[in-house]
Amino acid sequence: MLSDRDRIFTNLYGMHECSLAGARRRGHWDGTADFMAKGRDWIIDQVKKSGLRGRGGAGFPTGLKWSFMPRKSDGRPHYLVVNADESEPGTCKDREIMRHDPHTLIEGCLLAGFAMGSETGYIYIRGEFIRERQLLQRAMDEAYASGLLGRNAAGSGWDFDLYLHHGAGAYICGEETALLESLEGKKGMPRMKPPFPAAIGLWGCPTTVNNVESIAVVPTILRRGASWFADLGSKNSTGTKIFAISGHVNSPCVVEEEMAISLRELIDKHCGGVRGGWNNLKAVIPGGSSVPLLPKRLCDNALMEFGWLSENGSGLGTAAVIVMDQSTDVIKAIWRLSKFYKHESCGQCTPCREGAGWMMRVMERLVQGDADISEIDMLYDVSKQVEGHTICALGDAAAWPIQGLIRHFRDEMEDRIKTGRWNVDRIAA
Amino acid sequence: MQRKFHSVQPDTFAFSAENYAWAERQLTKYPDGRQASAIIPLLWRAQKQEGWLTRPACEHVADMLGLPHIRAYEVATFYFMFQLQPIGSVAHVQVCGTTCCMICGAEDLVEACRQKIARQPHQLSECGRFSWEEVECLGACANAPMVQIGSDYYEDLSVADLSEILDQFAEGGCPVPGSRRGRYSSEPAGGLTSLSRDGEKPRLAPAVALAVQSASRRREV
Repeated sequence: MLSDRDRIFTNLYGMHECSLAGARRRGHWDGTADFMAKGRDWIIDQVKKSGLRGRGGAGFPTGLKWSFMPRKSDGRPHYLVVNADESEPGTCKDREIMRHDPHTLIEGCLLAGFAMGSETGYIYIRGEFIRERQLLQRAMDEAYASGLLGRNAAGSGWDFDLYLHHGAGAYICGEETALLESLEGKKGMPRMKPPFPAAIGLWGCPTTVNNVESIAVVPTILRRGASWFADLGSKNSTGTKIFAISGHVNSPCVVEEEMAISLRELIDKHCGGVRGGWNNLKAVIPGGSSVPLLPKRLCDNALMEFGWLSENGSGLGTAAVIVMDQSTDVIKAIWRLSKFYKHESCGQCTPCREGAGWMMRVMERLVQGDADISEIDMLYDVSKQVEGHTICALGDAAAWPIQGLIRHFRDEMEDRIKTGRWNVDRIAA
Repeated sequence: MQRKFHSVQPDTFAFSAENYAWAERQLTKYPDGRQASAIIPLLWRAQKQEGWLTRPACEHVADMLGLPHIRAYEVATFYFMFQLQPIGSVAHVQVCGTTCCMICGAEDLVEACRQKIARQPHQLSECGRFSWEEVECLGACANAPMVQIGSDYYEDLSVADLSEILDQFAEGGCPVPGSRRGRYSSEPAGGLTSLSRDGEKPRLAPAVALAVQSASRRREV
């Protein structure tokens, strides 16, 4: 188990002072200008060596992403955009950073902005996080007042402005190009890639979009050394990670742990175990709503890392662990996700716009057992036609939970159709 | 989901002096010529001022930004936080209904809203002071089930908790947001398993403290 001294977010629960003075006492903003004096390449190199992979879901290596930004400006400004549109069902980690440990993020923005030659950063926070927005803005104002942002930020000689921008309730804006469209004042409809944002992003300028947690861990990585971070976790999943565990555990929580911790240890140590004991477990969605679920059989040995989870037909995603015990109607639980994706599809691509609604309607009937067994295969087929045929990954995200359900709980689906009864009128709470 | 403007619209809209000054300041966040970016924050401010987003408000904001009106209509109908019809003047309850909350009892909260407020979502209660809707994941899953009312999250709710909160609003009070299970924020209910600490923590978590501070101004931004 990770010791407190190796935790990056030491005020995750807001029990300490959130102010700049409090953040400084916990070691933040220490030697920021010295890191910048070592140069852009040094920072990017350290992030690469740390093995940090993006924390927003896709797990793309952060240092590599930064290195895609043009070395020299061709006259266009470079932008850093922080994706704080945390909306993936199950995920509630960035919220804790922004409302309780905001200076980790602000300091990270300065370092990341400098590393990619950007003098302006935007944090795009989801509209519903109103208190979080106020608390983060307060911290940014404090940073400005203390010279940590603005001209000659933190005494580094680099000018860096950071602005907070908010959305208005659209999950799709968590997709990086939809976020950029939204930040430009349009409907959040994803753009075709290429061109990638590093070439043509915000207002047509080179832009890098990073998740809150990816940016917020950078200052501590530089302070403690890339090798400290790289030695935690496993080979391709280094460092620490904030896990959000919800659903049928005795005490749901958000907690920072070492990457590659076993699922069982995570649940037993921090959440007081599965409600009714480990054997009462039915399934777990290990990485937010978009990844396929794992049945109990696989949960027994599951490791919370990119490698193990993808090898076992799921993914680490945002490390949002949704636990479902035996009382859960798992078909209905996945139907609710289908409803979510149908609601959130932006409507731009036909397979997703039409497919998400179609899949939801079939799922609705499967919940009631009012379907033909052949429709399970048809549903699987259609989900395969949605997957990979859309501009962004929302189509994939709508398809995967259903594919996971069919893969692992086909018996239950068939059984419900055969017996023609749906004797659980709702999921037990 | 079809989203369109309400059939009854006011004739005009204008920002209050304070909100106008605030809107002007927002425009400075973006480079010259990119003021269209401010459209969501400005529409949101207009909604906060009026209670819901009217067609004249959209047109006013579009004019301020030098955009065709259709650009504001597009944004207003695309983003779900924009309320295109009047909502309860005291409280509009947004129940998170997505899977994490659903398996923890959100359906019971929805039913409670049906009983206590109105049969249908977006329908005003008889007194006109309350309305409700089911929304998609609000990002407080470790504190499920939960609802958002105004700027605040009420978390770890039972039906009795929600009922008590609504009664408090009805009596003109401002119930304290946050966890109803005695949790400080999102730590394990059974006690800390990490970040053990010495000394006293502040009485209220930061977000709750903010809410209490602004309790007298329920319609703040």
